[in-house]
Amino acid sequence: MLDYKKMSATDIREAIATRKVTAVEIVQESIRLAKTEGKELNAFVTICEDKALTQAKVVDDKVKSGAPIGSLAGVPIALKDNISYTDYLCSCGSHILDKYVPPYDATLVTRLLSADAVIIGKTNMDEFAMGSSNENSYYGPVKNPRFPDRVPGGSSGGSAASVAQGIVPLAFGSETGGSVRQPASFCGVYGMKPSYGGISRYGLVAFASSTDQISPIARNVADLATVFKVTCGRDPRDSTSVAFDHPDYPNRLERKEKFTIGIPREYFAEGLDPEVNAVVQKCISELKKAGHSFIDISLPMTDKGVAVYYIVAPAEASANLARFDGVKYGLRKSGDKELADMYGDTRASGFGAEVKRRIMLGTYVLSSGYYDAYYIKASKVRELMRCEFEEVFRAVDLIISPTAPTPAFRIGEKIDDPLAMYLSDAYTIPASLAGIPAISIPYGSASDGRPIGVQFTAGGFNELALFQVAKMMEQ
Amino acid sequence: MVGYQGEEKLSVVNGFEPVIGLEVHAQLATDTKIFCSCRSSYGEPPNTLTCPVCLGLPGALPVLNKKAVEFAMRMILATGGQIQPRSVFARKNYFYPDLPKGYQISQFDKPVGLDGVIKYRLESGEEKVCRLIRIHLEEDAGKSLHPEAGEAYTRVDLNRCGTPLIEIVAHADIRSPQEAYAYLLKLKQILQYTGVCTGDMEKGHLRCDANVSVRPEGQEKFGTRTEVKNMNSFKGVERALNYEITRQIELIRSGGSVTQATLLWDEKRGVAEMMRTKEESHDYRYFPEPDLVNLVVSHDWMEEVRRNLPELPDARAERFVSAYGIREYDAQVLTATRDLADYYEEVVTHAGDPKAASNWVQTELLGVINAAGENIATYKVRPNMLGELISKIGSGELSGKMAKIVFEEMTVSGRKAGEIIKEKGLVQISDDTAILKIIDEILAASPDNVAKYRSGKTNVFGFFVGQVMKATKGQANPEMVNKLLKEKLDG
Repeated sequence: MLDYKKMSATDIREAIATRKVTAVEIVQESIRLAKTEGKELNAFVTICEDKALTQAKVVDDKVKSGAPIGSLAGVPIALKDNISYTDYLCSCGSHILDKYVPPYDATLVTRLLSADAVIIGKTNMDEFAMGSSNENSYYGPVKNPRFPDRVPGGSSGGSAASVAQGIVPLAFGSETGGSVRQPASFCGVYGMKPSYGGISRYGLVAFASSTDQISPIARNVADLATVFKVTCGRDPRDSTSVAFDHPDYPNRLERKEKFTIGIPREYFAEGLDPEVNAVVQKCISELKKAGHSFIDISLPMTDKGVAVYYIVAPAEASANLARFDGVKYGLRKSGDKELADMYGDTRASGFGAEVKRRIMLGTYVLSSGYYDAYYIKASKVRELMRCEFEEVFRAVDLIISPTAPTPAFRIGEKIDDPLAMYLSDAYTIPASLAGIPAISIPYGSASDGRPIGVQFTAGGFNELALFQVAKMMEQ
Repeated sequence: MVGYQGEEKLSVVNGFEPVIGLEVHAQLATDTKIFCSCRSSYGEPPNTLTCPVCLGLPGALPVLNKKAVEFAMRMILATGGQIQPRSVFARKNYFYPDLPKGYQISQFDKPVGLDGVIKYRLESGEEKVCRLIRIHLEEDAGKSLHPEAGEAYTRVDLNRCGTPLIEIVAHADIRSPQEAYAYLLKLKQILQYTGVCTGDMEKGHLRCDANVSVRPEGQEKFGTRTEVKNMNSFKGVERALNYEITRQIELIRSGGSVTQATLLWDEKRGVAEMMRTKEESHDYRYFPEPDLVNLVVSHDWMEEVRRNLPELPDARAERFVSAYGIREYDAQVLTATRDLADYYEEVVTHAGDPKAASNWVQTELLGVINAAGENIATYKVRPNMLGELISKIGSGELSGKMAKIVFEEMTVSGRKAGEIIKEKGLVQISDDTAILKIIDEILAASPDNVAKYRSGKTNVFGFFVGQVMKATKGQANPEMVNKLLKEKLDG
């Protein structure tokens, strides 16, 4: 028997195509793991068994009949529970979306299914993608697969954990300020946030529309590149998706030319765990040995990132989450009272503490009299950050940094200290605000074995450089 | 409080001058909605014209309808405004059950159109100008159907959700309810001419809010204003304004002062009631809509829309005067709607006589259409039919009286003039010898009257005309009868 948990997406497709195994067998194994190990981790909110088995059978039929199969044929994939998938609960980790079953597929889903991928489940997440530990879920926290008393990171904790655990070779999360890269770092897998507009947001339940990006998670670079190639590109349903001529990533992973890589001093300042620093330094020296050149750079706006993010993102969220009002779907409380009571009671009991905190923050910064001082000012600083990156990428191909200041922390450790929690995203937020791509590569570990990720950031739509540097590190 | 009392003309009342600024929402007559491809239509079963986008389902995203932008551009150009090369959509945040996203996508500080003017004319003929501040694009909300007696819930119909709107915001240049009424009529005329909006206020295709204040005559500074909403006809706007102006003046004259507030007009009771004061007003927390990119209008696109702009009502009326030689008043009437003007022009091409066409269209045709509540664009008497009929008067084939008989028959059967004339045997006798023969017989039969006439009692002339017409069953050409009779009797 093949060792499913160690198989890459490419291996799985190959095994199915050559009839070493059937897609149904693969999918059954994935679902079995999701129901056992996944349950232990609390990684899934919903397992999409019916449709998954139907999709697998279609793949097997194609193989039997000799029909061409897609590049992800029979590959089990998990989706974060804020991505719309017809007929299955889309909870966003929130009580307020109780029993909400969307009647339409996200563009991501359409593209995955047309590549013959199989969606096996919807993963647990911080409520509405707000959090860095996956502790803010109505469905309870997700455990880190290798250190069960520790967090898997967030907000895409369930997706990262299910890939790390071997339940699926590929999963999608969503990024707003680091929600895929940080959990990828904590769980020891690859996570890549595309350029803003890289993957269609149609069907992704919005948190902060101007930085939200659907982002893939994988255990190896080739799988990551393959699934990105399948899902990227312009979508007429998303006005902010970009018509970019994406290269054939999976076939262009090898690179002969040497990189020029920037080391931004602001990312190696106070608050960085020495063990994390050591891993990044080791990565730098390996790349130096391989002939790549490094230059010291400065990104002075870096320390404004968290502040800007916690104005812009909550502002957009306060509007995006207004639709959850008990009128049309999901939870409704006090429906027989006055309208205002129904709104108040529904939202008071439907949203968790962190979501309420951000809605209030966002409402405040958009309020008349405060708008200029907060939202407008933050938008200007954000523009400066974007320019700063643009300037730097004239001189370098990539920027290297830690993904997160620390390895995975303990469940409960930061939950009562929002500011400490927010700072755990300090290194991932800038790329999100600037709309540029960044990847977290599992590279070393702390002395106790906790995974540590190294982050590379590239200029807009230069995902290819990220895949290529990741491929070098993988070897 | 005394309700609206009558049709008194308010411009300066008891030493106070009203100051009125109108905000008009016009539903664009596009086939589909502004941010999705759902059909935009009125009167369909509730919640049948919806999709994830206009339902505001989690994850769905708006995509701007190019046609809606073009319609807005037409109106901006038609009013002489400035299309902005770059404009921005914004979210207007408020909670209401018929607003499924919890915000309306609108435009705020960077609208698609700025400036422009509406030139309009009062009933007295006096010309007025109202300057526009802006024209912006936005989406309509759904409809709340509030409970009737015995029902427990308000129901929500989201068919209207996402219908494209433009909001036309005017300066406070209007000084009386009559001006407001005339301004709205003109606005509706331009909207209809450009095909931007049907202008049907009763169906809610056109909606109007008014900012109203009064100030002592001669004072420059505006008084405190109120906003009056929920007027659903042009006459309703005039009534509501009369009511509110009277209320404000009475309030000030009795020593009180106006407080800034929003009022709701109750058409049935003829009163406007307080909805909310300034303190209770919404903070809409506008911010740029991150789901849409900036709206960029290229110079080429703008020129294309300008080229395709139809002739506007004022220009058309001027052309009617110069090209057809009709009076300005008639030209105004005939250009009131694009359909009527189109109809008239086609009648002219067939009738050959623009003045006769003008009379026929205004008196005969509009008389019938208005009485029957018909639509001129689809009315069974088509302009070529009417034009042909008129041409038969010009050629002498029919008398005016006969033509009216034929026209009456047309309005019943919708048949062409030729068929009706043939069937009824309605051929005018314009043959000299035939008419002279009848005249001779009649004169011979009434020697007394001939003698009377010749002795100076010329009022018997009418008797002879009547006799000739009777003898010819009304088919003798009356002009010829007159002429020949005169020659015979005077000769």
